[in-house]
Amino acid sequence: MSEDGVLCGTFFMNGDVACAEGAISAGCRFFAGYPITPATEVAERMSERLPHVGGIYIQMEDEIASMSAILGASWAGMKAMTATSGPGFSLMMENLGLGVMLETPCVVVNIQRAGPSTGLPTLPAHADMMQARWGSHGSYEIIALVPSSPQEIFDLTITAFNLSEIYRVPVLVMADEVVGHMSEKVVIPSISPDELSNRRRPTVAPEQYLPYKADGDLVPPMAIAGEGYRFHVTGLTHDEKGYPVMTAEAQDKLVRRLVDKIRLNRRDIIRYDEVDVEDAEVVVCAYGITARIARLAVQQARDSGIRAGLLRLITVWPFAEERIMELAQRVKAFVVPELNYGQIVLEVERCAAGRATTLLVPHMGGSVHLPETILKAIKEVVQ
Amino acid sequence: MTSNVSVEQNIINSFLRLDRMPHIWCAGCGIGPAMRCFIKAIHRAGLDPDKIAVVSGIGCAGRAAGYLRLDSFHTTHGRALPFAIGLKLGNPELNVVVFSGDGDLVAIGGNHLIHAARRNMDMTVICINNFNYGMTGGQLGPTTPVDARSTTSPYGNIENPFNVPYLVAASGATYVARWTVLHARQLERSIAEAMVKPGFSFIEVISPCPTLYGRMNKQPQGLETMHEYQKRSIVRDGADPKDLDITFDGPIVVGKFVDIERPTFWDQYEQLLDRVSGKEN
Repeated sequence: MSEDGVLCGTFFMNGDVACAEGAISAGCRFFAGYPITPATEVAERMSERLPHVGGIYIQMEDEIASMSAILGASWAGMKAMTATSGPGFSLMMENLGLGVMLETPCVVVNIQRAGPSTGLPTLPAHADMMQARWGSHGSYEIIALVPSSPQEIFDLTITAFNLSEIYRVPVLVMADEVVGHMSEKVVIPSISPDELSNRRRPTVAPEQYLPYKADGDLVPPMAIAGEGYRFHVTGLTHDEKGYPVMTAEAQDKLVRRLVDKIRLNRRDIIRYDEVDVEDAEVVVCAYGITARIARLAVQQARDSGIRAGLLRLITVWPFAEERIMELAQRVKAFVVPELNYGQIVLEVERCAAGRATTLLVPHMGGSVHLPETILKAIKEVVQ
Repeated sequence: MTSNVSVEQNIINSFLRLDRMPHIWCAGCGIGPAMRCFIKAIHRAGLDPDKIAVVSGIGCAGRAAGYLRLDSFHTTHGRALPFAIGLKLGNPELNVVVFSGDGDLVAIGGNHLIHAARRNMDMTVICINNFNYGMTGGQLGPTTPVDARSTTSPYGNIENPFNVPYLVAASGATYVARWTVLHARQLERSIAEAMVKPGFSFIEVISPCPTLYGRMNKQPQGLETMHEYQKRSIVRDGADPKDLDITFDGPIVVGKFVDIERPTFWDQYEQLLDRVSGKEN
């Protein structure tokens, strides 16, 4: 551990703990949460570790309050996070929308379990992928990252904070129970301050400050409370001053910018990695724990003479649509294994637009795919 | 005399976003006078306005945040308190005030209210109680007196309302008061006291809603209703919070009911930080 209490070194830890450490390395000093399986260990780790770095842990009365509290802390200048699973994620949707509307940097972790409702609290799924995109009411865009290992949840939690600070939007870390609860080697590097992004602050005098006047990247500089800017923000549709304006014109201008600041910057946001895709005739598109199983299936397919490849999504939102469109020009088929009954496959299908076949390999959650199941699907689509 | 009035008005104006006037409140509404008392209280207590943050929820009273030239946050329905908790803990130097209505704070936000009081979060809550949901058109709420009519209790309310000071006192608030809007001096003094006192302070402001609650209950004139509420009030500082029920036309007990000392959440958290870092054995 370094002098300031931030960990550094090689550890054996589970994904939930690695997520908490990623947050601390990213500069997160405020966590508000509510216990829920399988995300509880994130809160437990934060309650233990935050006091060592001078940070604040508070256990709220529910997930609605947790989400509200991290928004408040962000407006006081903190990097703030909460962590939950399906039922709590549903409760957070209301104030996630407020976070989008007020353009509040923060990170929300969802260690996904199987639903609907209470479902399978201790077992995995990727059941909330579309809720991540569309769960709060209104038109908006959001950023969601999906880790496949404890190391990656550490790394992506830092990325999540950086993206949330750059784009002033809540960023979701959409892990699953397996990644949250599996223990693996996690290397925690010493992170220098210039690897961490911080929201742009206003440079004008308070009288000249317009809270929602955006710069060229469509992101406005953000004042924080207590510094004399005496600004107003509201969940109502507002103008550049932050004042409510109840017209279709103001709505058009605001919603376009909220959406476009993500859409038009998507090339800087979207992350994925590929294995054996160059000459592939079949591409398995997978994410989270499923991507690791798919990798074995792709290897087995290669061994049996099928030119298979893996496209592992790291950001699911915004979706890597340009990459899927390019691949659809030359591959025969996409195989999409998911721990749900078909969510991200809808996006793949949309982008393939009939130029390549798309085959869903569903799994309702509660365990994970067998590599054989994915291999069988690969063989099926090349026939 | 004229100059005193204009001096006072200049002070009030310096705290208002004049470019947002006219406001949306109806003639005869009590929210404006309560907001005026709040502004005067800030001035009376000599607080630095740059260090005050106001958080509101949704509803008529929730619009106050938008009219005050302070760092001000108009949040979601019922969630002003947890948002304010994040703000306060994120920067303990801020003086955080939640200005909202009875529906917002006591109904949809009721759970947050009792837990904020239980934690003794250092903040001041100004709760405008007009006995109904004004913004949505005068529906029944958890503060509507028994027998009162509303747009969703057209035959009279059959539900027992909350005695709000009793609720927050039992939950752990360290300062609890209630005034009607015409108790302007007392209200201003209470808000000033609450804002300088550490801990969770709660002030209920009994306020007319002439357009909705008033019209449905034969009190259509706001000013008359303000006088009526004042006439019905009995000042009883230190009254037992359990005796503060409000009935349809009975007496309204007002005053300062609770003013006690108890460590705040932040006091306890600072001790925890010292303990963890080994500064304290």
